[in-house]
Amino acid sequence: MQQFLDTTLGGLVLGAVYAAFALALCLIWRSTRIVNFAQAAMAMVTTYIALSLINVDVPYWVAFLAAIAAGFVLGAVIERVIIRPVEGKAELNAVILTLGLFMVLHGLTAITFGVQHRGFPAPVSTSAISVGDTSIGITPFGILTIVVVAVVMAGLVVLFRFTDLGLRMRASAFNGEVSRLLGVRVGRMLTLGWALAAAVGAVAGMLIAGGDLVNPAFMDPFVIYGFVAAVLGGLDSPIGSVIGGLILGLSLSYVTGYVGEHLAPLVALGILMLVLLVRPSGLFAAAAARRV
Amino acid sequence: MERLSSFIGPLVRPVRSVPLAWHLLVGLLAFLVVATVIGSSSQYLQTRYAEMAFFAIAAGGLTLLTGLSGQLSLGHGALMAVGAYAATLVLERTGGETLADVFVALLVAIAVCAVVGVIVGVPAARLHGPYIAGATLTLAVAVPRLANQWEFLGGEQGLQVPVPRAAELPAWIQDLVWFFTAAEIDQYSFLAYLGWLLLILAFVALANLSRSRVGRRWRAVRDDDVSAELAGIHLGRARVVAFTVSAMCAGLAGGLMAMNVRLTAPGAFTITLSLTLLAAVVLGGLGSLTGALIGAGVLAFLPHFATDLGESAGLSATQAAEVTPVVYGLVLMLVILLAPAGIVGSLRLFLARSSLGSSTKEKTT
Repeated sequence: MQQFLDTTLGGLVLGAVYAAFALALCLIWRSTRIVNFAQAAMAMVTTYIALSLINVDVPYWVAFLAAIAAGFVLGAVIERVIIRPVEGKAELNAVILTLGLFMVLHGLTAITFGVQHRGFPAPVSTSAISVGDTSIGITPFGILTIVVVAVVMAGLVVLFRFTDLGLRMRASAFNGEVSRLLGVRVGRMLTLGWALAAAVGAVAGMLIAGGDLVNPAFMDPFVIYGFVAAVLGGLDSPIGSVIGGLILGLSLSYVTGYVGEHLAPLVALGILMLVLLVRPSGLFAAAAARRV
Repeated sequence: MERLSSFIGPLVRPVRSVPLAWHLLVGLLAFLVVATVIGSSSQYLQTRYAEMAFFAIAAGGLTLLTGLSGQLSLGHGALMAVGAYAATLVLERTGGETLADVFVALLVAIAVCAVVGVIVGVPAARLHGPYIAGATLTLAVAVPRLANQWEFLGGEQGLQVPVPRAAELPAWIQDLVWFFTAAEIDQYSFLAYLGWLLLILAFVALANLSRSRVGRRWRAVRDDDVSAELAGIHLGRARVVAFTVSAMCAGLAGGLMAMNVRLTAPGAFTITLSLTLLAAVVLGGLGSLTGALIGAGVLAFLPHFATDLGESAGLSATQAAEVTPVVYGLVLMLVILLAPAGIVGSLRLFLARSSLGSSTKEKTT
């Protein structure tokens, strides 16, 4: 029972991070119909930026904000310079492009910061909370992770549902041509979508790194887990991405806890295949004639 | 020049019109040239040639899949891992000292990968674009990790691979090599000869396949799946066959890689390996076997240049090793942005355009 509780709580924390990642993928998919396979590498870069700030005694939360800002700028620059030429072209091109970007960011980070593992600080304790004599399987940092992800999601919901800017972004994602006729600066909205997604990814990167070791490869599994979570919930649906992230986090946590940690990616693959074969548009997306 | 071609033309034409005969002839000539080059090369170069051979086999399979059948696979690193482990396990049982052991191991690697190819290919046949990319990428991450899960796969340290000793090779091979190259066959040149022999056989098979009914079906499916289906082509079957053939190539490449590297460990089959193969086929030009060969040459020779370049720029050894993936990544991005047809595709376009230009000129004069 104790183990079950621990695994579940651990899975929720993990799921929150996957959810943030899936959300970032979903934002980009909705605006440009591209799956950004470089998402994890972008988040890794911003995490390293934060780490180098922390190493020169910048307070943690300032570094956290700097990572978000760096992600925002990085996302905008990448969309403008690299992605813009392939928008609306063959879908294979965009996939290959983001994979190339993944390799470049990965290698450049390794060259700049070295490949060795480095400790990453956490703003709050990363040892399990204990109630009385028994420790329960969640850390203050885990709680912080869930809270931060929830805040980010709430922020996005407010942005998209209740602001003029959010409406314009939704409009340009829904139908660029018509939005352009109505006076929306569609190009700018797409850039903003990428920037926001990269900022969300940067938050996820900080949450994964906190209290752990980082090296240029530390985000690699999230390339696939973020994708699986997003597809599980439906690439089109932000709420779906979040729920997909939580489901994936819990499932992988149970597999790691009870079967063996090395099987986790295989289980993720199994989940992905099952979803794509049974419900290709994901659990929470409106039905479409063809998606997969 | 014209007199020469009018001489050779009638001799070549009957061979040219039968693809199998033509491909075999080209393959045979290529092997003679390559064998001469290998025989007169240093040990370092022989190792590079062997490496180029197995990369080219894997890239050939991938370019067939992506270029002809239109499916992207980022899981070929994982399939190479399957082939490598299958070959290694067989070599461990048999001792791997004779030529027969080597071929049995490679055949098992191909067979196992064919089975895996069907298992992966069936669900993959229903996916497209980013979905198949994500699914195969997950495969690339998931499969090598299994080595840590099961004891007999050797865990993180991996398995040692026994390599055939040159002294155990049949006498006629040793004599033949001595006769043509005036050099004793050793372990390094043996792997290079073996690699290139299999590479040429594989490419002849692939070239033939792509010009056969099967290949035409793949192109039809790639270009317009609805029309292909209306024409009576079973989409799923065509795609699964393409994936399986491609997986078999990856299995053969993995088996050869195991013999070359002499250690089969999960660390060798990272996402980067899969992406590197993709870079090779995209650079060469999707769907072109020549392109795959060029790409594989880059894969085999670039890392040493790039690492040297990095070290001369003042990077440490571990940092300099990262220059290579950066170059591959840049290659992927630049090719997609500037010349999506790759080297061979762009050359073909250029030639087609210039011959079109000259023919219109002739007409106007």
